[in-house]
Amino acid sequence: MNKLNLSLSLMFFTHILSAQSSGASASSLLVYSLIGVCAILLVWALFGLASNLLKIEADKYGLDSEKNNIGIIPGLRDFFSPSRPSYASEGSFHNLRKGYDIKLEGSAKGPVSDAAVTRFGINPKDFRGMTPIPKVEVEVGTEIKAGDPLFFDKKRPEIQYVSPVSGEVVEVRRGEKRSIAEIVILADKDTKYRKSNVPDIYKADRAELVNFMLATGVWPLINERPFDVVPQPSTVPVNIFVSTFDTAPMAPDNNMFVAGNEEAWQKGLSVLALLTSGKVHLGLDARGGAAPAKAFTDAYGVEKHWFKGPHPAGNVGVQIHHTAPIKGHDKVWTLNVQEVITIGKLFLTGEYHADRVVALTGADLANPMYVRTKQGANIGELIKNNTKGENLRLVSGDVLSGKQTTADGFLGFRDDQVTVLKEGNNYELFGWLLPLAPRPSVSGTIPSYGKDFAFEANTNTHGEKRALVVSGQYESVLPMDIYPQHLVKAIVGNNLEKMEALGLNELTEEDVALCEFVCTSKNPVQAIVRQGLDTLQEQS
Amino acid sequence: MALIDFFKKIEPDKKKSPFLHTAYDAFFTFAFSPNTVTSGGTHIKDGMDLKRLMVTVVIAMQLCYLFGTYNIGHQHFVAAGQYLGFLEGFHLKLAFGLIKLLPIFVVAHVVGLGIEFYFAAKKGHAVEEGFLVTGALIPLIMPPDIPLWILTLSIFFAVIIGKEAFGGTGMNIWNIALLSRVFIFFAYPLTISGDQVWVSGYKKLAAGTAADYNWWHTTFFNKLFDWMGLAKFDPATHVVDGFTGATPLALGYEGGWEKVTSVYSESQMIWGTIPGSIGETSKVLIVVGALMLIFTRVASWRIMAGMLVGLIGTSWLLNAIGSTPFMQVTWTQHLMMGSFLFAMAFMATDPVTAATTDRGKWIYGILIGAIGLIIRVMNPAYPEGWMLAILLLNTFAPTIDYFVLESNIKKRLSRA
Repeated sequence: MNKLNLSLSLMFFTHILSAQSSGASASSLLVYSLIGVCAILLVWALFGLASNLLKIEADKYGLDSEKNNIGIIPGLRDFFSPSRPSYASEGSFHNLRKGYDIKLEGSAKGPVSDAAVTRFGINPKDFRGMTPIPKVEVEVGTEIKAGDPLFFDKKRPEIQYVSPVSGEVVEVRRGEKRSIAEIVILADKDTKYRKSNVPDIYKADRAELVNFMLATGVWPLINERPFDVVPQPSTVPVNIFVSTFDTAPMAPDNNMFVAGNEEAWQKGLSVLALLTSGKVHLGLDARGGAAPAKAFTDAYGVEKHWFKGPHPAGNVGVQIHHTAPIKGHDKVWTLNVQEVITIGKLFLTGEYHADRVVALTGADLANPMYVRTKQGANIGELIKNNTKGENLRLVSGDVLSGKQTTADGFLGFRDDQVTVLKEGNNYELFGWLLPLAPRPSVSGTIPSYGKDFAFEANTNTHGEKRALVVSGQYESVLPMDIYPQHLVKAIVGNNLEKMEALGLNELTEEDVALCEFVCTSKNPVQAIVRQGLDTLQEQS
Repeated sequence: MALIDFFKKIEPDKKKSPFLHTAYDAFFTFAFSPNTVTSGGTHIKDGMDLKRLMVTVVIAMQLCYLFGTYNIGHQHFVAAGQYLGFLEGFHLKLAFGLIKLLPIFVVAHVVGLGIEFYFAAKKGHAVEEGFLVTGALIPLIMPPDIPLWILTLSIFFAVIIGKEAFGGTGMNIWNIALLSRVFIFFAYPLTISGDQVWVSGYKKLAAGTAADYNWWHTTFFNKLFDWMGLAKFDPATHVVDGFTGATPLALGYEGGWEKVTSVYSESQMIWGTIPGSIGETSKVLIVVGALMLIFTRVASWRIMAGMLVGLIGTSWLLNAIGSTPFMQVTWTQHLMMGSFLFAMAFMATDPVTAATTDRGKWIYGILIGAIGLIIRVMNPAYPEGWMLAILLLNTFAPTIDYFVLESNIKKRLSRA
């Protein structure tokens, strides 16, 4: 910045000199005004220098914890950025500009009703890195309680994966090469829980807590970054992050999750705080609108960070990047709100309560709504008698990074949303030239129908895959200091060193999902990023 | 739908005739957006695709096309001292322009798309849309009298050596349209530089030379105009005394802004009723196209703004030195002459060959602005600098990106 100022002022000087040398013809007013501008620029440059020195000094003593809080000159953004909402008083505030909110028709509306689901399924493939054929500890016909172990990974037998409900195991589905696809449980009407003795969290040491979590089955609720895996029991994370809002299309309102579970939520946070060498960081919604639930804003023992901006501001990866970015080979853990509540409930009651509030969304549902069920609920039963029309796609999760499933499939382990949308497998006459049906787009060439218009999107690709042509497109929807397009090229070229240097380990699929959505050349950015992460993981 | 059934019925067999199938596929996907659905990644996709991107650029150029076509005719008659008012002899100027432009347009597309289809069939790919823009740009940057065989050669060179050799659309290093122009510029300089080539329809621009009319003028259109009761092409049309055909840039190099304004008024230069390459003369219409590209976010405003900054900064520097009359020309005057705006709006912003990082785009733009102006002002051999400046910076764009990425990498490392 200062260099630019300097060169600019030099340019002005030469201009003045030339004006003076050309003699009387130069208007003196012009010369004086130019000298004035020069003087201002010079002062600005001096202040800039002083400000930079101050910043370096502050950095040295670790005063500038939130970056750019110290300096003489207020940044332009301080003048123009709207101030943080009044409820966002405590903690740091981050105003993210890049990104895009895909507004779709069919968001779920409250209140939460109970879903009548009888079958639940846990899929070992939901856990990355699990051996294809884990050791299954139940058989068809076994009666189990909620919290009873179902299977474990032969490489890591200490981590138990448990049943969310009580009932009878009715099916062990096999996938390709006899891998275990799903373990299906027919649930009792009233859930019976397996009871464990809870250690006193303030007296027990870390190992005792970890062993308790491993044995009771809440350990796999923890997601470890980079790579999105269930952590090793020996890992001590640098920080733990929980995002308390979701900005994905039609995403559920997380305030629904915590209502009635305030105590368990806080307990869960307190437990997590004992597991990390750093802190538990909470990402809070500062997009304006209503203030987040009290349980979020009044949580204690955590660092709070407020985020304002379009999707993906609610993604935990983006929040990590802006609060305490992953350095080198650090490991951090991330959890969703309902997973924290499950851990909290375990420590309150000694029972594995895998209750989930799930948003049923999509324009092709007769009644998009919130339902209360449990982990791994059957998709078909969740949306029974609720769909309109045919030729539909069922997605466990949101439209950007959810998994395609069937009515016979089950809710993903971490999912809190089911999306139903139309398959777009029809030809469209001159569809590229005259996009008559409204479709969401970041492009200025496609009508946007106003800010609050909700689109009815389908699964058509709207074009064919091409070589990358457009630049700057991915960057415009990723509010991180990362060059995703160059990263993608590095991954495709299998340049290990470069993909790591460009920040691949700060990303996961959901963070680049918008890049894939906007890509004019229709490239599979999420798959490429996962391929890169797999390569990195193999090497490390 | 009946139309789609018909299309499906005539689909050629892919194995028996790959070329026919490629061509069919190109036209089919042109008529119908494909019915493919997402799988594996995001379940919905943005409505934008490469076809729409390319056609937006082509649409942004259409005003230049309309004006350029008419201006070919206008310049022809101005040289003869006839119909000096811009709208006088409207039908003659339009007919003359079309006779010149259409063959160039058709040859550019037939040759370019032919190569594109051939390579697509050979590689088993779908035809990529890149040439839609290139093919539309090439006629606009050619002089109206460009021999068609030279044009054909230049497109062969540009598309095969410049694009297919690198792997097709999205992989090329240099701007294809400029590559075809630079080929002509160095291989057949007399057809694309000097004072003689910018006014069309005369063997040479000496006083008394008769207009070079052919069957289309004297028979086809004259019969048509005769029947409609309009004025006809007159074979006795000839160049009037004192007409040189020199462009503002050539005049500027000789005697600065004074010499330029002694021949052309400022409003002539801004509206574009001056000799020049077919599409680059009208500054107003180019700005309209540029605004359209910026507004739709199809082209990078950073590159355009960077070029302006580079031009203004360098012109200040040159003004400060001011040792020749051309050096004293201010930046506003520079904007009125030559093809800076056209290069800025349509050439430098080609996303494949430009820098790809936001900061890199600024540097790329500023350097083009600076180097292009230096070539324009300092070098007598090349009357205009943007073509060479853009090609030079195309070469260095990856280097610029490299340094921008390095700084990002360093920042990340310093965190650890």
